[in-house]
Amino acid sequence: MKKTILQQLFLWPFILVTSLVYAADGKLLATAGLTQVEGSGGGGIVPWATLSGYDSQEQVSVSAFNTHVSVDDYQLNVIGLATSFYDRVEFSIARQTFDLPNSVIGLGLGDEINQTIYGLKTRLYGDVIYSQFPQLSFGIQYKKLSDGAIAGAIGAAENQQGVDYYLAATKVHLGAVNGYNLVWNLTARATKANQMGLLGFGSQPKQDHQLVFEASLGVLLSRNLAIGVEYRQKPDNLAAFKEDNWKDIFITYIPNKHFNITLAYADLGNIAVADKQQGIYVSTTGYLW
Amino acid sequence: MYQQQGIYGDFMKLITFLLVLTLTACVNQTQKTLYEQLGGKDKITQIVENFIYEIEFNETIYEYFKETDIQRFHDKLIEHICVNTGGPCQYTGDTMAQVHAGMNINESDFNLTVDLLINAMTKADIPHPLQNKVLAVFAPMRKDMIYK
Repeated sequence: MKKTILQQLFLWPFILVTSLVYAADGKLLATAGLTQVEGSGGGGIVPWATLSGYDSQEQVSVSAFNTHVSVDDYQLNVIGLATSFYDRVEFSIARQTFDLPNSVIGLGLGDEINQTIYGLKTRLYGDVIYSQFPQLSFGIQYKKLSDGAIAGAIGAAENQQGVDYYLAATKVHLGAVNGYNLVWNLTARATKANQMGLLGFGSQPKQDHQLVFEASLGVLLSRNLAIGVEYRQKPDNLAAFKEDNWKDIFITYIPNKHFNITLAYADLGNIAVADKQQGIYVSTTGYLW
Repeated sequence: MYQQQGIYGDFMKLITFLLVLTLTACVNQTQKTLYEQLGGKDKITQIVENFIYEIEFNETIYEYFKETDIQRFHDKLIEHICVNTGGPCQYTGDTMAQVHAGMNINESDFNLTVDLLINAMTKADIPHPLQNKVLAVFAPMRKDMIYK
């Protein structure tokens, strides 16, 4: 953990410098959104229809992000890169490191769970601000566990890899809330993933993809500050490990098209028998190109 | 589930807050036109003059205006904003499609120009919520302006 944070501290000045020189800037401020916890362009826990960078139809963008979630009994650290081409296609890669509590480490299955998520998203229709109907995108997230020992031990049907498919609609309504801009997103996801895949995919009785819904709602208080809420429905596949829906309330500061930071209070419910997991979510995205 | 009422409560509070704001917005709108809220012709003139200043000092966007009759642009844009915000004016200029035909404005430059308009409004002391209402009026016209 400490090492990762230290590495990131060294990384940010570099990102800032390349960002100031090269970063795509063709979208309006804040319309690139953020990077969600699985590495796709989004809100915080929900993938959105927006693509990850500030590239317009003539530009290419590259962004890097880091997310840290610290709830009562667990910590999750995510780092990743995303690249977006002509505001049409986004590729992302994210590495999730889930720190296990001592009670689990004692079982001898390792002290963390690592998962790599490869994302692909394509914008199907529209523009988040200008089109009459919401911007619409389709995406997939291919999730690969580094070590399936824990997922296997707790009864996941598949302990190596899984694929999520999602359709997201996002819209900004200019001045809709007494002059303040309103943004909403609705995502339908087909998934087998237990706790995003960290606990494997499916279970013996529940082996199929399930349809879940995810939503975000936010208000931009100024050009640089947004507040909002998110909700993410989750499957509940594992008999011994109840899984709850996720919620968060967030505040995001977007000083410019090079950098943004989000602070959230997340309620993740039951995670691997530890109930009522609540805590802080911090995420930063830097735009390199 | 019941233990999670804290954040649920916040969720509901925010939604209620949004609803109240939206309703308040509806009430306000019936009272005053956007033109009046902005501060009438004087304020719109100030915005347009600031906008022209922003354009003149932006290399990329000035390219599009090299051949433009700035005085005409000034007068017609004031009329255009006045009419579209509910003011007592008549627009005597060309349609947006006619004005932008052949300019081949791309998406980046369009958004950059929106940024310049936002700067122009900020420098004219237009509050953030009013700026958004102005942008909301003109956003649907984008389809007649880009890649033409």
